[in-house]
Amino acid sequence: MTKWLEEHMPKLVLAPSFIVVLIFVYGFIGWTAWVSFTRSRLLPRYEIDGLIQYDRLFDSPRWDTAFTNLFVFGFLFIVIAMILGLILAILLDQNIRTEGAIRTIYLYPMALSMIVTGTAWKWILNPGLGLEATVRGWGFETFTFNWLVDPDMAIYTVVIAAIWQSSGFVMALFLAGLRSVDQEIIKAAQVDGIPTWRVYTAIIIPAMAPIFLSAFIVLSHLAIKSFDLVIALTGGGPGYATDLPATYMYTMAFSRGDIGQAASSAMIMMMVVFAIVVPYLYSELRTKDD
Amino acid sequence: MTDMSYTPPQSGSRTGKIALRWTLYVMLGLFALFYLMPLFVMVTTSFKSLDEIRTGDLISLPREVTFDAWRTAWSGACTGIQCEGVRPYFWNSVLIAIPAVMISTLIGALNGYVVAQWRFKGANLFFALMLFGCFIPFQVVLLPMARMLGLMGMAGTIPGLIFVHVIYGLGFTTLFFRNYYVSIPSELTKAAKVDGAGFFRIFWSIFLPLSLPIIVVTVIWQFTQIWNDFLFGVSFSQAGTQPVTVALNNIVNSTTGVKAYNVDMAAAIIAALPTLFVYVVAGKYFVRGLTAGSVKG
Repeated sequence: MTKWLEEHMPKLVLAPSFIVVLIFVYGFIGWTAWVSFTRSRLLPRYEIDGLIQYDRLFDSPRWDTAFTNLFVFGFLFIVIAMILGLILAILLDQNIRTEGAIRTIYLYPMALSMIVTGTAWKWILNPGLGLEATVRGWGFETFTFNWLVDPDMAIYTVVIAAIWQSSGFVMALFLAGLRSVDQEIIKAAQVDGIPTWRVYTAIIIPAMAPIFLSAFIVLSHLAIKSFDLVIALTGGGPGYATDLPATYMYTMAFSRGDIGQAASSAMIMMMVVFAIVVPYLYSELRTKDD
Repeated sequence: MTDMSYTPPQSGSRTGKIALRWTLYVMLGLFALFYLMPLFVMVTTSFKSLDEIRTGDLISLPREVTFDAWRTAWSGACTGIQCEGVRPYFWNSVLIAIPAVMISTLIGALNGYVVAQWRFKGANLFFALMLFGCFIPFQVVLLPMARMLGLMGMAGTIPGLIFVHVIYGLGFTTLFFRNYYVSIPSELTKAAKVDGAGFFRIFWSIFLPLSLPIIVVTVIWQFTQIWNDFLFGVSFSQAGTQPVTVALNNIVNSTTGVKAYNVDMAAAIIAALPTLFVYVVAGKYFVRGLTAGSVKG
């Protein structure tokens, strides 16, 4: 008996986690998928009724706004955070004496909760007393910066706060990447008198391709999951101008009592994540087995 | 070892180089201001009186430092109908985070140890299934989880939230430990087995003592994730069991009465202090936690 136990101990240790993952990840995804094909409202119903919830979803102007916002927000957030992160990393890579201190300053927002970030920026961007009032107080009477309350511009305030929160992390990733490039090649190029900017564009940045991919995966994942920041910064408003799929799902699930809609919107989010993450994981796991 | 020091390219005049150097520092400084400005505004606002906020501007220092906003934020601000400040919710977050971090780290260590060192058929599949669980958008599990917690009698309770955080933290903790243990030669395990050491004996006496760095990384990662969580907190808690992030949001977005920006800012800083503290004292490990799993190798 003890011999059997000893032999199977690794599997026994893994078993609870295995069961938990099967139920709470895959089983739950299955449940949500099932419910997304039903007419569930306040309570789940289990009679399959085709694509009715998806039809409702794509007919809903609110979902339309949320889904469009995801791409506007996601695109700007990912592109700007990557560019800013790369610039910061390159600037910091120039043998800066106070590098440690500056790095700490750039990165600390990542330690904060999105709710804290949203609260801070909500106050700064508040047109009545925040940045707008301050700049006007300096004598620029006509200065306006009311994006937070402008339905057409509010989504860009979410972009600003999200970039403030996450660009330091991209910087840290890229800085590690810059440092991992073979120093011998860089030195050789410098000896040959190749200008620094050429060394970056021709040697260092191309060598960092895998890190760009990692940063892209992490940032797009953050963008799709973004929920807290919108809740704290704009509450999805004005109106539903800054809704994202994540806030749409939450509203349907917990305030509207429309479980079917919540489930179908969650499934769409899931598919967007799938489309990005599955090819990445596949290539990661495959190369690791080699 | 090669000399890693940076040699500037041999071009340009000396004054040109100095100008370039200055531009570099000015740019770095401006970016530093961008990142520091919100923190500065939060701190100064929290020390101002409401009158001063209405008449002054965003970035001026407080004329008269007052701690009233901090007192109110800690023990008097209203989250909906209750007016106890963030204090009880702060302790809720502590009560949730500590057990959840400990349990998920321990299970993650054991899982990682099995996957990395006791390879058996299916271990890789298990790891892949788990890894994928790290990436799902949690919206896809919110509804069934709400029902499951109800069935288990844990809806709206602190143990319920601990349970949720442990489950959805397992993917990451397993990943961290697996990647760490995979670099430890398997000959070590084999030799110990030959010497008659069992599964747990090898774990406790060989692997755990080697694991301090990865334990620190995992604990920091889990702690910041759980402390900063809002989605699970707002979905699965009720009045009285909410974590501090939910309470902060309720204070800031409650629409009754005069908006007390100074109290909002003080509450936000209180909610941020534990993770900021971790960041300051263990910054190196914080970065390692952030980048672990996202950088290949």
